Amino acid sequence: MQFPQFHSRRAAAGAVVATATCLFAALPAQAAEHVLVQKGKAFSVKKLQVKVGDTVKFVNEDPFAHNVFSLSDAKSFDLGSFGQGGSKTITFDKPGTIEVECAVHPDMRMVIEVGK
Amino acid sequence: MSWMRPWALALCLSTLGWGAAEAVDDPQMATPQDRQWLLPDLPPHPDDNVPSAARVELGKMLFFDARLSSERNLSCAGCHSPLYGWSDGLGTAKGFRSKVLGRASPTIVNAGYNTIQMWDGRRATLEHQAMGPMESMDEMAMNLDALFAWLAVNPAYRAAFAAAYPGEPIDKTTTSKAIAAFERTVVSNDSPFDRWLRGDRLAMTASQVKGFRLFTDPNKGNCAGCHQAPNFTDNGFHNIGLASYGQENPDVGRFAIKPVPSLKGAFKTPTLRDVALTAPYFHDGSATTLLEVVAHYNRGGAVRTNVSASVKPLSLSNDEMRDIVSFMEALTTPARPFTLPRLPAN
Repeated sequence: MQFPQFHSRRAAAGAVVATATCLFAALPAQAAEHVLVQKGKAFSVKKLQVKVGDTVKFVNEDPFAHNVFSLSDAKSFDLGSFGQGGSKTITFDKPGTIEVECAVHPDMRMVIEVGK
Repeated sequence: MSWMRPWALALCLSTLGWGAAEAVDDPQMATPQDRQWLLPDLPPHPDDNVPSAARVELGKMLFFDARLSSERNLSCAGCHSPLYGWSDGLGTAKGFRSKVLGRASPTIVNAGYNTIQMWDGRRATLEHQAMGPMESMDEMAMNLDALFAWLAVNPAYRAAFAAAYPGEPIDKTTTSKAIAAFERTVVSNDSPFDRWLRGDRLAMTASQVKGFRLFTDPNKGNCAGCHQAPNFTDNGFHNIGLASYGQENPDVGRFAIKPVPSLKGAFKTPTLRDVALTAPYFHDGSATTLLEVVAHYNRGGAVRTNVSASVKPLSLSNDEMRDIVSFMEALTTPARPFTLPRLPAN
């Protein structure tokens, strides 16, 4: 499955969804899924703004393993390492600034701003 | 024309002015895509440490001077010797009073091209790294106050510092800058592989070219997944499934610096430039030959605990493994004359 470099969709009733690659029935109202691609040893965006309750899916399109983690106070997590075609998803449940990195490749960094 | 290979025909046509067909199908020729592996002539340097002859010469003196250690018998070059590919030929390094240390001495060849330094990435730049061994009580175990006091009263060193960093004190900053400036001159970028990339199709043998293709093929060796262009490193950290990680209290590597579970047992991808000169291999020195290294990856590692998702069985044949080794042997820049510094008298 080929993803665009970045997309997000908000699941509000009646909202126009530009792309349809996932199901949203299980997500709470107003929650959106954002897809970030890891390709060429870089995240597809350097900064992403989301809202509390949104999920972010990280998709590895490189022919080698990547990782996603953060040690930020607002949210600390380690999604582990995954190979080409693999993906990991995380939900952001409180506001704050989260510095996201790839543990494998320290040069890969981006920031997620979680707003209310 | 059945006697003529397609690429040979292309070359003949090329000489007749049929340039569009030139070498397209020549399996021995580097492609434009391959040239991503060509290194810049010189490594980048920080804005506040522009290289100069005086800085490099001072750095070379400091690098080879064993008086920078507490017992005046261990220099930077003791573990990073030009005699051993700028490493030491040991499985793991020996430090203060020959104490056996836990990790191999990494070569400094092309270290200036790297964006992160040391096996666990604890230092970002050569400048940040340079004083580490002097300060470590397991290594050079130097009293830095005594060192800088001595350098300041030594006429030759005082003059060398003044020429290299005029108006600046003799301290950790200028000492590490000088050593880093010297280390950036230790460059390997004229190997048979480099000459092949630049268009000399016979600079590598057919086996070496085949080894390169296997090295970069994600469905074969997939070595380039981590040993990436142009310096054969992704500046990244991987647990490659070494047997030593299965032992009690193993070296956790990068995890000690960045406490992320995925990084337990992960170490930085080393460059492979001049790799034939730097045996034994791996951070723990556990592989004696390059063939042992390739065989390790072909098996998918020895210990699967926390192993990188990139390390998995490869199904390479013995001939294919030998081709990859043959390719790595083509990464050695021929020896060039190297002038040792004349160190100041006591």
